[in-house]
Amino acid sequence: MSEGLPFERRLSRRRLVVTAAGAGAGLLLAGCGGSSAEEATGGGGGDTGGGGGDAGKTYTGPNVQLQFWNGFTGGDGPFMRDMVSQFNSEHQNIDVKMVVQQWGDYYQKVPTAVASGRGPDVGVMHVDTLATNAARNVIVPLDDLASSLQLEQSDFAETIWNAGMYKDQRYGIPLDMHPLGFYYNTAHLEKAGVSEVPMTREAHDEALEKLKAAGFDQPFWQSSTWPAHLMFMSLLWQFGGELYNEDSTEATWNSDAGVQALEWMVNLVKEGYSPKNVANDADYIAFKNEKNSFHWDGIWQTQDLAKTSVPWAVAPLPQIGDQKAAWAGSHNLVIMRQRSADENKLQAAKVFLNWISEHSLEWAKAGQVPARNSVRESEEFKALEHQSTLAEQIDYVKFPPAVPGIGDAQAEMEQAVNRAVLMKQTPKQALDQAASKAKQLLAENQKKYGA
Amino acid sequence: MTQGPSSIEQAGGGRPLPPLARAARTGTRNRAPAGGGKTAYLFLAPYLVLFTVFVAFPAVYGLWVSFHSWDLLLPNKPWVGLGNYRTLLDPGTATGGDFWQSMKATAIFTVFAVPLLVVLPLGVALILNQKFRGRNFFRAVYFAPYVLGVAVIGVLWTLLLDPNIGVVNYYLEKVGAPENIAWTTSLPWAWIALVGVTVWWTLGYNAVIYLAGLQDIPRELYEAAKVDAASRWGRFRHVTLPGLRPVLVFVITITILASANMFGQAWLITGGAPGNETRTAIMFIAQEGLQNFRLGTAAAMSFVLAFFLMLVSLVTFFFFRERRSS
Repeated sequence: MSEGLPFERRLSRRRLVVTAAGAGAGLLLAGCGGSSAEEATGGGGGDTGGGGGDAGKTYTGPNVQLQFWNGFTGGDGPFMRDMVSQFNSEHQNIDVKMVVQQWGDYYQKVPTAVASGRGPDVGVMHVDTLATNAARNVIVPLDDLASSLQLEQSDFAETIWNAGMYKDQRYGIPLDMHPLGFYYNTAHLEKAGVSEVPMTREAHDEALEKLKAAGFDQPFWQSSTWPAHLMFMSLLWQFGGELYNEDSTEATWNSDAGVQALEWMVNLVKEGYSPKNVANDADYIAFKNEKNSFHWDGIWQTQDLAKTSVPWAVAPLPQIGDQKAAWAGSHNLVIMRQRSADENKLQAAKVFLNWISEHSLEWAKAGQVPARNSVRESEEFKALEHQSTLAEQIDYVKFPPAVPGIGDAQAEMEQAVNRAVLMKQTPKQALDQAASKAKQLLAENQKKYGA
Repeated sequence: MTQGPSSIEQAGGGRPLPPLARAARTGTRNRAPAGGGKTAYLFLAPYLVLFTVFVAFPAVYGLWVSFHSWDLLLPNKPWVGLGNYRTLLDPGTATGGDFWQSMKATAIFTVFAVPLLVVLPLGVALILNQKFRGRNFFRAVYFAPYVLGVAVIGVLWTLLLDPNIGVVNYYLEKVGAPENIAWTTSLPWAWIALVGVTVWWTLGYNAVIYLAGLQDIPRELYEAAKVDAASRWGRFRHVTLPGLRPVLVFVITITILASANMFGQAWLITGGAPGNETRTAIMFIAQEGLQNFRLGTAAAMSFVLAFFLMLVSLVTFFFFRERRSS
């Protein structure tokens, strides 16, 4: 479950099973970890002995164990687990224990664990949660790591690299990006006589008509829940809008661009291309059952669809608005704050982060686009069909701004999209109402976290 | 237990003692209890410790938290006095408005769920109290859903009730119901779904309690009523119902409290949709406190909710006390 937002609550049987398995594994690992004893003896005065000076390249100190927490409960989990085992076998004096839990639980547990001094050493966080966790002292700045490793913007896609910053300090080393993509049923398109994947608004409208004419009555199910808000953000940006104003004191998604974006989505329902009241994964389930021809969803679904017999393919999002844009999430590697600094562990953690970042090609196979240009431009990556197709969007993907507590405001936008798609309110009404609520929440958060 | 009577007196508090105890007591009058009553406290101690650590202390601490802008991880937790409560009482604010919306949702759910959860299980218990073949099988069947966790029933019904791909609508349409009823995304259907699922899920629990109550009513009373030519209804009205009164009060009280705490079903099945119409108070408190990390407002909301629940419990209590004296 590598979706971009922490509190996603998509449900499907497959995921529940996988989650249960992941949780079980997590418990087992937590059982073997014995981190508390480690912590008690390890910390001490935080002397710098044995750390090995070249932050992040090698570690020559005594044996250490690192707790590595993340939320890779889906098909991505085994890939990360394999990478961790490989790392462990290559580094005799570092033992990384990976603990997996659902992202929703993870984002609640990690801060509490860190506050009580029993937190993990390293972890993964989504780009839109970095600012919140930085402001709440959960994670530590990594500027020294970035500079000592000569990690530079030049080896990373610009948007992704810059998104790891909060208050002029770097808190995350980007591992990947996972954009929204345009999934389509190839057999349906063929039957409808659509020879080219529609990439413009006109072509898209035409394709929908042709699909309808070919007997696919409802070719584009518009969900009212996840991932509807990801679609909305992509479209908002395509129409030239922004989620928030410059200093993030006001939500601006109720601009003309926002209204146009949401109207486009609602019109899919109004014009009958989508059934009404689509919720809870019904759109995706319908796509998997070949009842639905078009489906916008995250790159992570490629792994799941690959296991089906559905004739599918994926393309970058079509350009519905005035410019190209797509929502994306990005996993960032982070180091957690510790009560008592242990230089050895810190050094080992940096070595681990660096190693994972360098080996992100492996990670790409889990259905991700690597953040590193060198990996993304490699032949091996280009051989990954779906990933490399969706990687084309890297120049115009966007994220919500790095503002602590931005998720609170985002939740209002999500509700507005829900209301509009369910036709309880007009797009304009819904977005206005959500924007005015968000403004209050933004002000409260600014006060809380200190502007 | 050598100083039995005095211990009984301690534990019994102000309740009138039964005749036997009273007789025993006359012998011990004016004699200070040997252990100074410490024994009683000793026996109460284990529970008292648990109660203090897990109920009393958190409650008081929560009250303290509710007077602050509180985030566990921020060093600065400024005192805001009654500020959090003032925000809540002002429905014009984002938080206050959403809070009362969630209280309304909780109230709607409680008002519709409680009567059904009080009456239907009684009917089921009456049937299951009869002698017929396969009685134990049916007792198990009615209780079975209750052993499932909320996550299980949530996912199960989310799929069954899906407006477009759910099995429920598929069969309803076969028998001529309107197409694609939006069980999970529109009102009033979402409430019907949530109440229905909850009744299906927890009916067995109340039924088992009723069943135990029914088996406690002495057979002789029914026989006597029969001798007096009481009809079936008469026996139910004048023997069963009065016999069940204490059980009934218990069932009503816990059902009200459980319904007011409804969270999992809405979280999983409707996700609060449409908009936040089916987001219950507990669901909003959890989001506010654990997702948005505003523990101060979340604590204040908990106290407002607790206040209302106390009011409702008091009303229930007095309602039944009145009935008893009449």
